[in-house]
Amino acid sequence: MTQGLASLEYVTEEWILEIVNLAERLSAVAAGEARCEAMRGRLLANLFFEASTRTRMSFEAAMKRLGGDVLNLNDLKSSSVSKGESLHDTILVADGYADVIVLRHPMEGAAVFSDDLSNAPVINGGDGSGRHPTQTLLDLATIQSAHGRLDVDIVIAGDLRYGRTVHSLARALSRFGARIILSSPNSLSMPDEVIIDIQNRGSSVEHVPELSEAVKEADVVYMTRIQRERFPDDDEYDRVAGTFRLMAKDLDDVRPDLIIMHPLPRVDEIEQSIDATRHARYFEQSANGVKVRMALLCTLLGIEPEVLT
Amino acid sequence: MTENVRRVAAIRDGTVIDHIPAGRALLVLSMLGVGPKTHTPVSLVMNVSSPKHGQKDIIKIEDRELDQMELDRLALIAGQASVSIIRNFSLSEKRQVTMPDEFLGIMPCMSSNCISNSASEQIRPRLKVVTKSPVLIRCFYCERIQPVEDLIEAVT
Repeated sequence: MTQGLASLEYVTEEWILEIVNLAERLSAVAAGEARCEAMRGRLLANLFFEASTRTRMSFEAAMKRLGGDVLNLNDLKSSSVSKGESLHDTILVADGYADVIVLRHPMEGAAVFSDDLSNAPVINGGDGSGRHPTQTLLDLATIQSAHGRLDVDIVIAGDLRYGRTVHSLARALSRFGARIILSSPNSLSMPDEVIIDIQNRGSSVEHVPELSEAVKEADVVYMTRIQRERFPDDDEYDRVAGTFRLMAKDLDDVRPDLIIMHPLPRVDEIEQSIDATRHARYFEQSANGVKVRMALLCTLLGIEPEVLT
Repeated sequence: MTENVRRVAAIRDGTVIDHIPAGRALLVLSMLGVGPKTHTPVSLVMNVSSPKHGQKDIIKIEDRELDQMELDRLALIAGQASVSIIRNFSLSEKRQVTMPDEFLGIMPCMSSNCISNSASEQIRPRLKVVTKSPVLIRCFYCERIQPVEDLIEAVT
């Protein structure tokens, strides 16, 4: 049904792998080392109803690296949205201006609704605490690039209840047969509906509360931030967050090709001294956002990119 | 007709809902809007023996035939029920209650943060039935799994 990318639930595993592979081919363009004019004459509308830095910037970078241009709606105070315009109307207006729309919205399902309405494909740039499919695509691209496969043993750690990136990632990896090991405080454990989805797809789910133990069996450790506001008081936060910090000493007995990922921003859940190790991939992961979004734009607009050196 | 159904008089025109799980007839009546302002005769039999289900409830409503939307809602409350349409004292039509593949515009998504519940949009709620046994229902828009008991409360 989808013409854009509202949710990875509506696309096939083959489609996901094609995006990941195309992203790899566009690496040099994303890095500014090669040219590609695939989006020349095309416009992307960034409709951000919630604040975002990385997602909005990386779509803008992707579009501009491909020779296209970007319209930004991010000052909602001066826009018609603040005058009560519905999302329905905002989308149809943007559809009249742009060839592709990126939407971030506080309500879940906003991108599904918008993609149904619009002629231009709508890409979900994050909806409420629901989905964030382009983050998941870049996470998958990072894993594929490091390991050459997606059926990895992955530890997903930290705030698994509220973090939308980990829900999307766990669901997506379960389609590729990953072994998923969850490590979180009890109060921030993965919602049952995500666990049901993972198991329905045949992936195994294990719970290992001790992070330093869990990492020993992993090809990938995916860390997330535990937010202070989730806890009733600072003492409780300090106690729990302290046990979900990845320290350099935790890496003594890990697999040699272990990679450590994080959707960023990081606070202190990964000790900075880990940045210099061969395991750290979070900044590379963030940079992968541009090439993955380039691949996505080309695919959704049906354009075969020609890379010029 | 069986002894249980004959506990109350035969109806001339209307609907007989049989094989309602015991104790759920009141929910069905509530879903159908049968209440103090209903003036047509309604007969209710509860907790009678059933060879198939142990115990069951039965409802007879005179001068009313259930529409498809009501049948879909009935599937949620009483998936095993059978519905007989009576015309001029004869069984005119037998409708099996079946769980639809999708509930379109029948009940809202239970997630308050779903776009389909947004006051500023006009969106017909769309709930997809992922599996029928056990019943697993998911919102088309936000993809949240819907607690079935909450859905029943929403339609009754």
